[in-house]
Amino acid sequence: MTSPAVDLQQDFFTVFNLPRSFQLDSAALDQRYRELQSQVHPDKFSHLSDAEQRLSMQWATRVNEGYQTLRDPLKRGRYLLTLHGVDTQEENNMAMPMDFLMQQMEWREGLQDAISVRDLDALDALADTARHETRSLQQQLAEQLDTTHEFVAAAGTVRKLRFLEKLAEEIADAYDELDS
Amino acid sequence: MALLQISEPGLSAAPHQHRLAIGIDLGTTNSLVATVRNGISVVLNEDDGSALLPSVVRYLADGSTQVGLAAQAVQSEDPQNTIVSVKRFMGRGLKDVGDVVDLPYRFVDTPGMLQLRTAAGVKSPVEVSAEILKVLRDRAERSLGGELVGAVITVPAYFDDAQRQATKDAARLAGLNVLRLLNEPTAAAIAYGLDNASEGVYAVYDLGGGTFDISILRLSKGVFEVLATNGDSALGGDDFDQRIYCWILEQAGLSQLGVNDVRLLLTHARTAKEQLTDNLQAQITAVLSGGELVDVTLTRETFYDMTRNLLARTLQPTRKALRDAGLSVDEVQGVVMVGGSTRMPQVQRAVAEYFKQTPLTNLDPDKVVALGAAIQANVLAGNRSADDWLLLDVIPLSLGLETMGGLTEKVIPRNSTIPTARAQEFTTYKDGQTAMSIHVVQGERELVSDCRSLARFELRGIPPMVAGAARIRVTFQVDADGLLSVSAREMTTGHESSIAVKPSYGLTDEEITQMLKDSAQHAKDDMQARALREQQVEARQLLEAVEAALQEDGDLLDADGKAVIRASMEGVRFLLEGEDQAAIKRAVEALNQATLPFAQARMDKSVSGALKGHKMSDLES
Repeated sequence: MTSPAVDLQQDFFTVFNLPRSFQLDSAALDQRYRELQSQVHPDKFSHLSDAEQRLSMQWATRVNEGYQTLRDPLKRGRYLLTLHGVDTQEENNMAMPMDFLMQQMEWREGLQDAISVRDLDALDALADTARHETRSLQQQLAEQLDTTHEFVAAAGTVRKLRFLEKLAEEIADAYDELDS
Repeated sequence: MALLQISEPGLSAAPHQHRLAIGIDLGTTNSLVATVRNGISVVLNEDDGSALLPSVVRYLADGSTQVGLAAQAVQSEDPQNTIVSVKRFMGRGLKDVGDVVDLPYRFVDTPGMLQLRTAAGVKSPVEVSAEILKVLRDRAERSLGGELVGAVITVPAYFDDAQRQATKDAARLAGLNVLRLLNEPTAAAIAYGLDNASEGVYAVYDLGGGTFDISILRLSKGVFEVLATNGDSALGGDDFDQRIYCWILEQAGLSQLGVNDVRLLLTHARTAKEQLTDNLQAQITAVLSGGELVDVTLTRETFYDMTRNLLARTLQPTRKALRDAGLSVDEVQGVVMVGGSTRMPQVQRAVAEYFKQTPLTNLDPDKVVALGAAIQANVLAGNRSADDWLLLDVIPLSLGLETMGGLTEKVIPRNSTIPTARAQEFTTYKDGQTAMSIHVVQGERELVSDCRSLARFELRGIPPMVAGAARIRVTFQVDADGLLSVSAREMTTGHESSIAVKPSYGLTDEEITQMLKDSAQHAKDDMQARALREQQVEARQLLEAVEAALQEDGDLLDADGKAVIRASMEGVRFLLEGEDQAAIKRAVEALNQATLPFAQARMDKSVSGALKGHKMSDLES
């Protein structure tokens, strides 16, 4: 039997046949995702044997996981660092620059105020600011991962992005709350 | 002994054999069945020409049942034994079902899912639904004149795991091979998308008899990708009836009605609702069991006023779904209306206002879900269609675990594309702890008590260690039906113990078999004959599938590999001549086992094939 060309243990960049970098051609990722799912999705195997159905589910699950990981900049950054053997220490490293933490506190207070007076405009403005800050951190991460290869500093940027992701989640919850 | 059939190389043994598959819309109010015939999806009618089967089941004292129109006709006379809108009870406990006082049933509060006491004994919503499905299965078998390969059953997109599991159990109990549970809005999108060859972002607004779904989909190059879904699995046309019913009571100064009168007035309320679609007012005239006359006039305007907040309850999930999809209203190219309740003019107006466009209503909102389900069933059964499309759906509600303090830890977030899996590691908090209890919940709320409890299980046999040393990996797997299975594994010791967990409300295969046996005691031989036939069909399908795979990819195997599979195939073929169901089953299992490495090789080939023609250099240039 021929040796398998692709297996379930390969890293996501290999599975999607994309270069291992933070900068990513998202159109190519979307296209590969669809091509892969067209081959492995359980709907293509429902009339085949149990063995093929089981494999198909494992593969489709893996492809979905890879797509989610590569599509999202924070997950992609974290994943690249893991491949480089760097732990992002998001659970235990809370050493953040003072100005960053002050800024976070300010935004969070702004969020609470917007919720308490049900101010949708303020919420929109805050969401905008958070998006802007997220984008600039992503650019910094791209630089650190792809150009200067400063992986430890990149882990710090990932931790900052995690803060902003939490903020974005809270903003989304706030929209839900103001909606009801 | 049959002659050996030898087929042309490169062709499967039966290349043009059409496999019979059906799509079933198991609705709150009506159910129907459709199939693809000569490349076109059609609804299968009853002999009298009717397509919609009222989802009403009546149980009689002799143990027999009436389903559909016959049951509907007597619902006011025999309300306690005539179950309507049973879909609302699927996978639900008594406390989950609101307004129980207004319903004429004798509920039995059983753990997990409620049950109903009828003249024919205590019945679960799964059994009641199975009666409806059996009628549709018979209709399909008569109409198509052959053994069904399987069925796609639709479920509201917002159904949680318990409701999905209950639906699948009902289908199995009705003797159907479930090819897939398909979300209703997605089914509708298939019916629409293939007709109109549309590209872009679509919203499907599905207001049925008892459920509301909103799905946001992106259609592009033959891929249906559900971006987000939301809804309310206890909101539908029934609630509009209920509003009118309450209004009648108020107008007529009535209270404390008997069950028969409640059902009578609810029926009148429904008729009035339907009349108001085309008329400006509806006359409601009824004589109650005590002789009192009810005679009131309901105007369209009054009806709109009393149902305004029901409409608002559909727009809130709509906004959430759009937000989850990261889209604004302006980016939605079209809105598809599904479900009989979208016939109400105020619903169409509210949707048009919100989306700033006229919704699409060119397919019959009652039939579009079944039509789409049939198209998907046809593909899943292995009948190749000209347009090969792919359907990527999501789970509607987050899955999580209970952590310290009764809080939920989300493990798989809502709107994750399925199939999906996620593993989470846990550890012990006491020295020498050997067991751990795991509680799986579904929902968006922070407190476990506000989410739906899916399963509780104990993981035992953890080797005694100091606190925090054991590593227990819990894996959640959601399959393409949106159904969850959980397994847990202790990682520190060399030996890994693994248990598969089935949520507590689901039925085991043994229970299904037992129920099937019980329900057919007087037709035992029939049952065995059926089981044998089904086993034979399954075996033939497997043989065909393996044969086709060998024709296509036989070169992936060496001579030994081929010989092993051929031998197992011969085993199945030989036993197929006989009538020993258990033996056929064992042979099928053996063949499945023998094809494992071959399946692996084929999958590798498919995956590499998908990436062929793309080189790293293409991307860098």
